[in-house]
Amino acid sequence: MNAASMVTVPATAVPRAWRGRIGILSLILAEISLFGVFVVAYLFYIGKSLNGPYPKDVLDVPVLATICLLSSSISVALGAKALHRGEVQRAGLWLLVTVLLGGFFLAATAREWHRLIYREGLTIGTNLFGTTYYPLVGLHASHVIIGLVMLSLCCVLAWTGSLRQTHAERVEIVSWYWHFVDAIWVVVFTVVYVIGR
Amino acid sequence: MSVLSREMTGPEASTVPRTVLDQLHDWVVTVDHKRLGIMYVTAGLLFFVIAGIEASMMRLQLAWPGLHIVPPETFNRLFTMHGTTMVFLVGIPIVFGFGNYLVPLMIGARDLAFPRLNAFGFWILLFGGLLLHFSVIGGDGLYGAGTAPAVGWFAYAPLNGRAFTRGNATDYWNLAIFVTGIGTIATAINLVTTTLTMRGRGMTFGRLPIFVWVMLTVSAMTLLILPPLSAAQIMLLLDRYLGAHFFDTQAGGSAIMWQHFFWFFGHPEVYVLMLPGFGFVSEIIPVFSRKVIFGYMTIVLATVGIGAVSLSVWAHHMFVVGMGAPLNSFFALSTMLIAVPTGIKIFNWLGTMYGGKLLFRTPMLFCCAFLFQFLCAGLTGVMLSVAPFNWQLSDSYFVVAHFHFVLVGSLLFTIFGAIYYWFPKVTGRMLSERLGRWHFWLFVVGFNITFVTMHVQGLLGMPRRIYTYQATRGWEIWNLITTLGVPIQALGVLFFVVNVIVSLRKGEPAGADPWDAWTLEWATTSPPPPYNFEVVPVTTSRRPLWDLKHPNDPDGPHE
Repeated sequence: MNAASMVTVPATAVPRAWRGRIGILSLILAEISLFGVFVVAYLFYIGKSLNGPYPKDVLDVPVLATICLLSSSISVALGAKALHRGEVQRAGLWLLVTVLLGGFFLAATAREWHRLIYREGLTIGTNLFGTTYYPLVGLHASHVIIGLVMLSLCCVLAWTGSLRQTHAERVEIVSWYWHFVDAIWVVVFTVVYVIGR
Repeated sequence: MSVLSREMTGPEASTVPRTVLDQLHDWVVTVDHKRLGIMYVTAGLLFFVIAGIEASMMRLQLAWPGLHIVPPETFNRLFTMHGTTMVFLVGIPIVFGFGNYLVPLMIGARDLAFPRLNAFGFWILLFGGLLLHFSVIGGDGLYGAGTAPAVGWFAYAPLNGRAFTRGNATDYWNLAIFVTGIGTIATAINLVTTTLTMRGRGMTFGRLPIFVWVMLTVSAMTLLILPPLSAAQIMLLLDRYLGAHFFDTQAGGSAIMWQHFFWFFGHPEVYVLMLPGFGFVSEIIPVFSRKVIFGYMTIVLATVGIGAVSLSVWAHHMFVVGMGAPLNSFFALSTMLIAVPTGIKIFNWLGTMYGGKLLFRTPMLFCCAFLFQFLCAGLTGVMLSVAPFNWQLSDSYFVVAHFHFVLVGSLLFTIFGAIYYWFPKVTGRMLSERLGRWHFWLFVVGFNITFVTMHVQGLLGMPRRIYTYQATRGWEIWNLITTLGVPIQALGVLFFVVNVIVSLRKGEPAGADPWDAWTLEWATTSPPPPYNFEVVPVTTSRRPLWDLKHPNDPDGPHE
């Protein structure tokens, strides 16, 4: 008798969907590490600028933009859920809402930068505040842009009818990335607009 | 099925003669983890030869006081390129190349989770390597200042700033390493995902081969430590080109920040390189001792423990900066702490050999030399963790000797062992045992002549990175001995190269399992088919192949 067959063989097969999920979680871990260094640099240099403008004089808390970005997490989750149920049109609509909310946030950031650069005269080379502020907020904004490109692509595909229920897992992964972009904004917001001001 | 049959009419088909161009095309467009693994290791070995030549030129210059074989500026470029190449373009590609090749085979998977991402990772890394070496031609930039980067492999601020290194050489260093980092992160994501989601039937975490555990740990570490280096490099780029002040002390920035960011990457990086060496040893020693590994769980826990503790030791590179007693004490203690799991592993390997039926084939020889040399490397490491001792010897040749004992005496020896061990699997042919012994003995003698003596210059006060020295210091004879070891090592490597070339053509056919080993990669043919396994074997213990060979005496009940 084959003694090897007496040894229990637990089923280790992990569902295929987890490949994408573990992949994006690994990427998010790396991204957290990347943001971590910029956050540490920001915290370290708070109050060390040799000359103005200082954060408390020029920074306005972006309340509306923050509300938009955070609520876009809800809309993207609703979109991913709808696609899981096979409601492509509804999913496309929620993704469009997400893109619009994210786009508003990006526009608000652009407005703020425009005001800081042209009205307040704060550039990356002005002082340590500028040196740390633009890379940290800019790194986040670049992640918003990447997310918006992916979400817009999903929107267009939903509109043309190429997006189907079978793609639900992929859209879910995009939504996880978008949740990360939102969550990291909470950190950036706290560091820049709460602690740093 | 369609993928499978298309692959089989590709490189496997022997009926139609294929042109060299066709074969080259197959290699360039491949997404097969085995081919990418081979390309990773081959690229690493080519860069190894380049960086080895750079090291030889430095040793020639230092052989005797007052020599003028290379000018001082060139010497600076040589040690910068040597260090950068060895860490980022030799260590990383070889280690992750082995991971690429072996992890799917060892866990019973048909490929990595993201094959195209894997190909992207390799090509972007190779591009980074070429970009770094392109600096030799393009580093002049607009200013005509400098060619290859000359800032040292850790490119300390403020030396890396625009004011002190003009021209583009430092930017080549910066961007090339940034780019290779992207490739390494891609591969790390791939390996983590593959190990977590694609294990074959029965391959539980408690049965993973130790090498797979090691690669999982190392990949997770890579995700945590490489992005900080990338972040610091982005900051440096902003400093150099957009006038930011991260590391600009005149505008209130901090040069020490660069050191913290760099070493937060730099020290765990040493373990990212060294842990896979431990993985090789943990696979090779049991097979050549004809025993199961002694203390599987302790090795696994020690591996994960080293990975975790290594994240909190980085500032032991910075004792001389003047961090103050509390920080010095913390980093001294954490560094000593990491010696504990490392020491445990040495006892695991000794325990495996103890009472075993030892077979001293070439892979085992390299592992035995590793045990001795790694012990020395570890002990000098503990010495250097003592902050006051470190103040005396920081930036001396003692440090150089220490980390070459780690990276050459330990890592490179295990890599050579691994190549001798897995070459039959990869190519289907054995490497020559006779040439292998020549390689081993020449290399072990040459290595020890060079690097044992190097400790002495260090203790006598010779600083690293000097291009020459005066005759009255008492370093002459030691430097001469150090340099004399170099040709012996080079001859050893030459034997290795000849061995590979000869064995590829005329080596003894290996068969599927030449070493009578126990892990799954030996269950398939040599070389494995593109789909790895016709039927993925079911894992019933930590030695699945033993169970298949000995169905009446399986391991499972004994674990």
